[in-house]
Amino acid sequence: MLFSAHEITETVDMFLRHKLDIRAITLGVSLLDCAASTGSATRERIREKLMRVAGPLVTVGEAIETEYGVPIINKRVSVTPIALVAASAREADLTPYATMLDEVAGELAVDFVGGFSALVQKGYAEADRRLIESIPEALSVTERVCASVNLASTKSGINMDAVRQMGAIITDAAQRTASRDGIACAKLVVFCNAPEDNPFMAGAFHGPGEAESALNVGVSGPGVVKAALESFRGAGFDEVAEAIKKTAFKITRMGQLVGSEAARRLGVPFGILDLSLAPTPEVGDSVARILEELGLETAGAHGSTAALALLTDMVKKGGVMASTHVGGLSGAFIPVSEDEGMVAAVGSGALTLDKLEAMTCVCSVGLDMVAIPGDVGESTISAIIADEMAIGMVNGKTTAVRIIPVPGKAAGDWAEFGGLLGGAPVLPVHPYSSDAFIARGGRIPAPIHSFRN
Amino acid sequence: MTVVGNDKVGIIAKVSAFLADRSINIEDISQTVLSGNFVMMMMVDLSGSTKPLATVKEELTELGDSMGVSISVMHERVFSAMHRI
Repeated sequence: MLFSAHEITETVDMFLRHKLDIRAITLGVSLLDCAASTGSATRERIREKLMRVAGPLVTVGEAIETEYGVPIINKRVSVTPIALVAASAREADLTPYATMLDEVAGELAVDFVGGFSALVQKGYAEADRRLIESIPEALSVTERVCASVNLASTKSGINMDAVRQMGAIITDAAQRTASRDGIACAKLVVFCNAPEDNPFMAGAFHGPGEAESALNVGVSGPGVVKAALESFRGAGFDEVAEAIKKTAFKITRMGQLVGSEAARRLGVPFGILDLSLAPTPEVGDSVARILEELGLETAGAHGSTAALALLTDMVKKGGVMASTHVGGLSGAFIPVSEDEGMVAAVGSGALTLDKLEAMTCVCSVGLDMVAIPGDVGESTISAIIADEMAIGMVNGKTTAVRIIPVPGKAAGDWAEFGGLLGGAPVLPVHPYSSDAFIARGGRIPAPIHSFRN
Repeated sequence: MTVVGNDKVGIIAKVSAFLADRSINIEDISQTVLSGNFVMMMMVDLSGSTKPLATVKEELTELGDSMGVSISVMHERVFSAMHRI
């Protein structure tokens, strides 16, 4: 036999018992050549291009699932930030771009389209301002469109005007979808150092520095890592680190295989592999449970940050050698509502917003899918964002905030978003005012260590 | 292709007959007991199959269910990717 019984059962178990999957294949498509002098002409060009380039995506994905026996959970499209494409037509309201993208997503049968986005880390162009103002309406009248705004970067500092504005935008978006626990906010993420090749939603967009098109792949598999660590109870961290690395290598090799095959069949270049441990609300697919397997009573216990740092780093080290190009977010995700173990930790009071913030210093994303009370003030939301942007800026890493002020709900109430977005208890925030801090506006300058030239 | 479950008479016979009926060639076969489970691994060539892969997989699932075993089919390249550098 070409493979040993142990190798074969290990691989089969990864998929059948430990929920290993390709989390997303995301086709990035440049829309820079679609900009026209009117909005309707621009949107017609975008529609035509997406139908042409992304038309076979779902069929190709499904064919690979059957042939390889590997589940591909999401097929998605990411596009050039719409603020760039819409700029030349100078429309006031950019919502029609979102409704058009939603229709195209439906026709293509893809799960999401990402890229209702603006990059304002150093300042607003006119179209950026109009796109951001359109976000609440755009996300409340569409289902499959995701929006993102890059507010800060290590090179540019933090655009505090935009941070202030996003507090109001997030509040507005939540209120417009009050009957569904503010679900519009689950499709909106703000970034520091946003990656231009991220395959994961809600933050996927096809950056202006990207090629005409590229297929980016996100692999998952927290359950596989947890299962691998079960054989190392009581072992030292050196052995644990090796075990995570080896598992990450195997998972990533599988992702590289599927990704490059999908890219070949679609006739587009393979972009990057995002080797992130991305949980789902299902039992057995949780990052929090890995932290517990490492020896913590619950996620949120002291030691959680160190455990997460180890996990994120070893996932990267194992994965880097397994892929030609690694990119996106790459690491371990800690979205609260999407992770059954995180939900349990919040429910028991073990995991607080402050501890989550500390953990985001070493995870690959940031404050993700965190439900907070609906009556939290706009400036407090902005201040939470500012803290997270500062962590990303100073540490030269991506950080993000996807936070949902759930209308009509208070700390401890349950917020339900459904499907892969899951549900979670509402977390309390500090009651102290940040009003005067956020009212200042302007830009927090880039840190000294960003000047490396 | 892997067949995992409780050992009983006729598993290999039934699976082999199923494959032969559809002109699917068995290139390699091995069988062992791991953690108390019957585990059969087969390397099969589907290029001459009289039915499309999706149908074969559905029928294999039904066949597995009827014998109380779990049958899965994965591409050989997945195993190569994970276990061979």
